[in-house]
Amino acid sequence: MKKINETSRRDFIKLSAQATAFLAIGFSSKASNELVKLANKSALGIELNPYILINELGKVTLFNARPDMGQGTFQALPLLIAEELEVRLDQVDIQMSDGSGKFGSQLSGGSSSVKTRWIPMRTAGAAAKEMLVQTAAKRWNVSVSDCYAKEGAVYKKGSTVKLGYGELVEEASKLPVPTQPRLKAHSEFTQIGKSIPRPDVPSKVDGTAVFGMDVQVPGMLYASLVHSPTIYGKVKSFSAEKSMAVKGVRFVVKTERNFYHGPFPTEAFKAKAKTEAVAVVAESYWAALKGKKLVEVNWSTEGAETTSTDEFFLRANEAAKKEGAEYKDAKVGDVSKAFAISEKLIQAQYQSPFLAHAAMEPVNATVYVQDDSVEVWAPVQGPDALVEELATYLGIKKERVKINVTFLGGAFGRKAYYDFVLEAAHISKQVNAPVKLIWTREEDMQQGPYRPGMISAMKGGLDEKGNILGFEHKLVGASIMTSVFKFDMTGKSDPWAGEGINLEDSPYAFPSRRNSFEYVAPNLPMLWWRSVYASTNLFGHESFVDELAHAAKKDPLDVRMSLLEKSPRFIAVLEKLAQISNYRSKRAKGLGIGIAIARSFSSIAAHAFEVEKNGKGIRMKEVFSVIDCGTPVNPANIIAQVQSNIVYGLTATIKNEIRVVKGQVQNSNFNDYAVLRQGEIPKMTVHVMESTDVPGGVGEPGLPPVAPALCNAIFNLTGKRIRTLPFDLEQIG
Amino acid sequence: MAIYNLQVNTKKHRVDVDSDTPLLWVIRDEIGYKGTKFGCGMGLCGACTVLLNGQAIRSCSTPVSSLKAGDKVLTIEGLSADVTHPVQKAWIEAQVPQCGYCQSGQVLAAAALLATNSNPSDAEIDMAMAGNICRCGTYQKMREAVHSAAKNLQTKKS
Ligand code: FES
Ligand code: FES
Repeated sequence: MKKINETSRRDFIKLSAQATAFLAIGFSSKASNELVKLANKSALGIELNPYILINELGKVTLFNARPDMGQGTFQALPLLIAEELEVRLDQVDIQMSDGSGKFGSQLSGGSSSVKTRWIPMRTAGAAAKEMLVQTAAKRWNVSVSDCYAKEGAVYKKGSTVKLGYGELVEEASKLPVPTQPRLKAHSEFTQIGKSIPRPDVPSKVDGTAVFGMDVQVPGMLYASLVHSPTIYGKVKSFSAEKSMAVKGVRFVVKTERNFYHGPFPTEAFKAKAKTEAVAVVAESYWAALKGKKLVEVNWSTEGAETTSTDEFFLRANEAAKKEGAEYKDAKVGDVSKAFAISEKLIQAQYQSPFLAHAAMEPVNATVYVQDDSVEVWAPVQGPDALVEELATYLGIKKERVKINVTFLGGAFGRKAYYDFVLEAAHISKQVNAPVKLIWTREEDMQQGPYRPGMISAMKGGLDEKGNILGFEHKLVGASIMTSVFKFDMTGKSDPWAGEGINLEDSPYAFPSRRNSFEYVAPNLPMLWWRSVYASTNLFGHESFVDELAHAAKKDPLDVRMSLLEKSPRFIAVLEKLAQISNYRSKRAKGLGIGIAIARSFSSIAAHAFEVEKNGKGIRMKEVFSVIDCGTPVNPANIIAQVQSNIVYGLTATIKNEIRVVKGQVQNSNFNDYAVLRQGEIPKMTVHVMESTDVPGGVGEPGLPPVAPALCNAIFNLTGKRIRTLPFDLEQIG
Repeated sequence: MAIYNLQVNTKKHRVDVDSDTPLLWVIRDEIGYKGTKFGCGMGLCGACTVLLNGQAIRSCSTPVSSLKAGDKVLTIEGLSADVTHPVQKAWIEAQVPQCGYCQSGQVLAAAALLATNSNPSDAEIDMAMAGNICRCGTYQKMREAVHSAAKNLQTKKS
């Protein structure tokens, strides 16, 4: 792999620091607050469009409008612009967008960044390039076809005569912006498709990358919160006396936590979706933490006594007996008729637990509310939505909300929900100072929101030859939509919940099929979690396809291949998987293999796990993976993301679940919500399919097939079918 | 409150803090090295790893008062002046970090390991780095990077 160019990196830091809000870009600790004052756009150059600024020296600044939480947007999106603008990525400076409307949607979520920005970002780059080329052509008095652009300059064809972008930008900026510039063909790409080093990496090995946790602004105070032990509690009364006695503690105030999301909640909704907390505000975080332990709160926690995850799954098991509201668009034929004529009927229920995100960087935000304005420095996945939410919450104009997006120390969906930013705003307003709110790891695990606990109730019918006649997948459980937007899903098919098993994502050619949803209230806050419902749905879906194959005495790969005959991309992925995992060759005694395939977020991913006995348990020997995510923009990063998904997905499969008893979350920290560590992972081999299709998602699609592939492998080895997650690998043999 | 004189990254720092203040918060909020991270506060994740006289320790669970005169603390900022420590170089070469939040701790844990074991086996790497969680799951790349850092160190020596 190419080495990072050190000179350009130093340049990069220097220029970005001089230029503007260093916090926003994520390189800073060496910079001082004085530098912030230097911030102004003219230092960055002249704007050719919201994403591209070039100064007279030819320095190019590109704006990345999708926050980076480790998935690589900090490189990938600027790379799309750079490719068409004809600049090398190591020539440019990258800044984060600030949530303002000119950047459009700025949400890192749903693995959508490259997928949805593939054309817009390239168009931005190509349009700016055409403006620069036109300007040069005019100066030379030649036609544009006699000019070409390369690495930040326009050249006259057949000569060494050139003009740097810096010499052209001012004049170019006055030209009309071409709306349909010519985009490069795949064969012309010089950067897309190469594993170009990520510019943020050096700053992440020398401690200079700025995360939300690292933000420091003048006059800042630190806050810690005493949240309700039952999540939804209200403060009856509290005593601050002991806490105020801690040196450094400045305020102990009542505050609130809002569970609404989205810009336009009604007043009634707002009142309902609110709980209370007590904030301890101090000169240091340690003082705030000490003060927090000493606050005495009298909580009102009515209704929480009956909330428990065990009880939820009892209700869900009952609800699984109901019909479920049908997904009309996933209906094929008539399953009841198919079941009626089936030779063999098979039913099984699969259970996936509630989970916390547990990103490495605990939830935090620094917020300064002044009279009619607010400034935020925080690790958030979508600054544009946050602008709207804060403007509504504080009753101020959107233009008066400024968001500085830092690097995110992991997020996995959690930081696309802004309850913690609103909390910090509420506290800042009360104490009249910038406040950095940091949740403890315990709160991060105990306060939610969580991935929904779900049951997949499966039913399949086979004829006497073992052909599948009908396939039913009933989703039973919690609704993110209900929790986040208060849309009642009782008796309805939650439109989000069907992902990963709809006809596009699961094109198995079953002669009849039916997907349905049955809502069960969890009485806990729910949220999207890496790969969302695909993470729970595919466990049942792909395990059950395996069960049906075994019931028909057929090979699970063969069954999938024949059901996917008309889906060439799936077939190609399966063939590649069979090849790299040596699926077809006879395995040594004591080795088992299992596969699963899933399409989610517009990409197809498949895993083959190889497992062996290990005393009373099972050891994962190796996992082979194939992903087809359309055009691979940065293959090395795609491999990294698949590995990341395997590790994250395995943690969800074989470690702990979030358990709630009498409204109180029983887990507290990484001791009882364990995550995979070095030495616990299988060897991973990832293959990225070549493709010139539009890119699909990368940050999530590797996750859904993890649990079923592992469980299918364990069945292959032991004959034991696992239907409840998580399970203990050491006890399962 | 009490006065402590700490040696962090070759510099002496005088801080006035409560004796029970964890080294983590002294380093971050009093001295200002933000590379050392808060992850769990309980010695469970390794995000706060620093080297105390060359040994990887969890600064979140080390009260400032437990440091002795002459103790030397090294944070990620002090590992090299220009990102050239062999572990940092190997990490960049392998493009290890994803979100990066755990990586200061990972890099220091690897540096401490290589300082005492110039050619660690997989099992030794696993053992030495088991205290450092990476929620992004960069484990395989880290293992590869430790091996390549070890190799570079050896070619340097020979
Ligand atoms: S913060 Fe110290 S070990 Fe987690
Ligand atoms: S790189 Fe994100 S936690 Fe390790």
